[in-house]
Amino acid sequence: MQGNAPQPAPLSGSMTSQGERQGRISSPFRSGGGGWFIATLLISGLVVAPLLALIWQALQGSDGLWSHLAQNVLPYALGQTVTLLAGVGILVAVIGASTAWLVTAYDFRGRRALEWALLLPLAVPTYIVAYAYLDLLHPLGPVQSVVRDLLGYDSPRDFRLPDIRNMPGAILLLSLVLYPYVYLPTRAMFMTQAANLIEISRTLGTTRRQIFRRVALPLARPAIAVGISLALMETLNDIGASEFLGVRTLTISVYTTWVTRSDLPGAAQISLAMILLVVALISLERWARRRQRYSVNAQRARPFAPRKLTGSLAIAAFAICFLPVLLGFLTPAIFLAVEAIKRFRFAGLSQQLLTEARNTFLLSAFATLAVLACGIVVIWAARLMPLRRVAIMQRIATLGYAMPGTVLALGILVVAGGIDRSINQFVQQFLGQSAGLILIGSGAALGYAYLVRFLAISVGSVEAGMTRIPRSYDHAARTLGHGPSATLRRVHLPLTRGAIAAAGLLVFVDCMKELSATLLLRPLNFETLATHLYGEAARGTYEEASLAALAIVLVGILPVILLARIGRNDAAPQPGRQSI
Amino acid sequence: MNFTTRIALPACAAAASLVTVSAASADEVNLYTSREPGLIEPLLDAFTEATGVQVNTVFLKDGLPERVETEGEASPADILMAVDAGKLTDLVDKGLTQPIESEIISETVPENLRGPDNQWVALSTRARVVYAAKDLELDSITYEQLSDPEWKGRLCIRSGQHPYNTALFSAYIAHHGADAAKEWLTGMKDNLARKAGGGDRDGAKDILGGICDIAVANSYYVGRMRSGAGGEEQKEWGDAIKVILPTFENGGTHVNISGAALAKYAPNKDEAIQLLEYLVSDEAQKIYAEANFEHPIKAGVELDPIVASFGELQIDTVPLTDIVTYRQEASKLVDEVGFDN
Repeated sequence: MQGNAPQPAPLSGSMTSQGERQGRISSPFRSGGGGWFIATLLISGLVVAPLLALIWQALQGSDGLWSHLAQNVLPYALGQTVTLLAGVGILVAVIGASTAWLVTAYDFRGRRALEWALLLPLAVPTYIVAYAYLDLLHPLGPVQSVVRDLLGYDSPRDFRLPDIRNMPGAILLLSLVLYPYVYLPTRAMFMTQAANLIEISRTLGTTRRQIFRRVALPLARPAIAVGISLALMETLNDIGASEFLGVRTLTISVYTTWVTRSDLPGAAQISLAMILLVVALISLERWARRRQRYSVNAQRARPFAPRKLTGSLAIAAFAICFLPVLLGFLTPAIFLAVEAIKRFRFAGLSQQLLTEARNTFLLSAFATLAVLACGIVVIWAARLMPLRRVAIMQRIATLGYAMPGTVLALGILVVAGGIDRSINQFVQQFLGQSAGLILIGSGAALGYAYLVRFLAISVGSVEAGMTRIPRSYDHAARTLGHGPSATLRRVHLPLTRGAIAAAGLLVFVDCMKELSATLLLRPLNFETLATHLYGEAARGTYEEASLAALAIVLVGILPVILLARIGRNDAAPQPGRQSI
Repeated sequence: MNFTTRIALPACAAAASLVTVSAASADEVNLYTSREPGLIEPLLDAFTEATGVQVNTVFLKDGLPERVETEGEASPADILMAVDAGKLTDLVDKGLTQPIESEIISETVPENLRGPDNQWVALSTRARVVYAAKDLELDSITYEQLSDPEWKGRLCIRSGQHPYNTALFSAYIAHHGADAAKEWLTGMKDNLARKAGGGDRDGAKDILGGICDIAVANSYYVGRMRSGAGGEEQKEWGDAIKVILPTFENGGTHVNISGAALAKYAPNKDEAIQLLEYLVSDEAQKIYAEANFEHPIKAGVELDPIVASFGELQIDTVPLTDIVTYRQEASKLVDEVGFDN
């Protein structure tokens, strides 16, 4: 693996490169950014359109229902939501950052496997995890049955463990599947960014513990902040898990306001309140990352030599890292597998399953490409033009992730329906026949929903990757006669490959799990695994959908493996990599 | 821009070509439904076999009215199928339906099971009943008694905002007025053994699990559990309970419906009416009764033995159209007493 790896640049003046002090960022491309600017404007326009449609809906008034909601629903739902967010935020940060540190700073038996296994819970949708645990921990389930046998009770009427259908249960279960959002960027940060500084600290005689507290953690803070904010947006969007676990969040209030009361304006009003909450989250995350710009050498640094652990310390480290994998992935996956086998023996394999798997895969793959492309465009435009208005557009582009899928889908229905109607009028005028529904009927509206919803993942991830590339590279490329597009293609994209792959994985898995927008926007006779699962689940018979659920989880593992490989390869210098 | 256009546009174009849809064509009918697909598939298959008309379905959990409204005149929807009279009324209120002009339907379906001007038609009914632990000494119960303190910590029920419950609570308002209903809901909330939530089947499961002694749930789930169609575990849940048909103090058992409406801009109107007529035929009603364990809307159609074993159903006297008018109020009361919190 020793190829023509470039030497790391000296670290002097590492934290900020010349000309990059706050407020004055230079970009060498004074012209040629126009196309990028317009593209970014279009993308943020696409994101804003459903929002505007929602605002328009919210202004339709709701027959005095708003005062009722404000009095009886919102205070409680807001309290529940904030409690849930706070709990999940703290727990994902603790699990994600501590496991990321353990697998980077120490070497113990099983570390290499755990490094990638810690990503596995990404493959399991929140609603499936919640359901699995409800069944596992039910008085009739395996866990309590074993406990009763051990204690010598015959009937659940004599002895029961406490219920998990409550706030602590919801916080725990959501955190178990959302912590990889923190683990992934934090570990990347520890492996590259922190390595040089940690090496230096060690030569200065600092202990590992001190390094973690005084060097690694402050360095990883932006990565942790990004991870937490993504996990919290996931939490806000979740409908299945919180519903099963009896936590009434704002998201559920939106649902019931719309579904039960058929009060779209009211639902739109609550949604807007939720979006404000998210804007607060994003601002908080930005605040956590203030004054942090990284320009340590952009080449992959050598990961620092981890310390070998033996004996009880090694066992402890292994146990700490294995627990989230066990609870967040292995347990629900094994449960699903057992249920699926049971189901398969009982009823065989459904004919539709393969078609649905193909639909899900294609749809998610196309959407992922579109999301990545748009994310790169937005971040590149922001780098070309360090202007306030571009920064604002970038922030707008990330708002879609915060919108609950159902509500977003609603906004998109209004937008896409309007466009479809206009096309129809046009076609009817000139051809005298109806064109049908172009956007909704073709699935384009659904792709649009995925794009808006998951753009934040690629923007955040690509930004984190690009921030590490010193601006001097841009200047160097310019000096050597490259325009903006060529510079992006030949310099920045290769250097942010890992970040883009990470974003691609997260987006793909999220598209696969996506349910609420898919249910609302998919065309006639088009089912995905998630909608099939939901159709079954609506009857309260999850075991019948365990095959579809298992398929979602299995397909979700593939990108995790891919990502783990990229992560490993990138950690070591590769032969043939272009040196600049 | 080169990069963007090279990557993003082909991707979008390819995604768009994944699926195509045609609105009207020969011998097909487009069905938008919020019913679980598994329940109506046997019926649709039987219809296609009998007539050769292909049925395309879209299963939409939420947003059926919004979607059809947005699609406007170009909507391919012919039939809008929903569970709960309130949902069907919403469709009518939004002007998304048209009267079903069919003598067969007018003659077959009792008037109280059809919307105003035949804007919707019920296809089956289901009762909101009480599941009780097998060994519990209880033979009859009224809905009013569910709030009695004797049931403290012994009652299970799904979310108060679920349409099955809002309809029941609306019926209570129709019988006793809003103030009494609020008091009743408060009493029921105090009696809950666990948070209101889950599905109706969870009532039976939790009775077996020792969490509660009685549960409020729909009648047809019992048949589905006991028949073993959902696997061995569910059979155990179904066998652990007995079914009591509760009544209002001065009325009968609360029922709700599943039904269908004819879309205002239906491109295949004739085939749609053909399908609706088929769904109220003896054959289809028998499939409903046997496959879904629901009560048929037609007199004389035989009940499934499991359903028949619950005893004779005395349907409550308050008409569905009246119950529907209280649904917003019922939903507000659920919030006011914090039923789901």
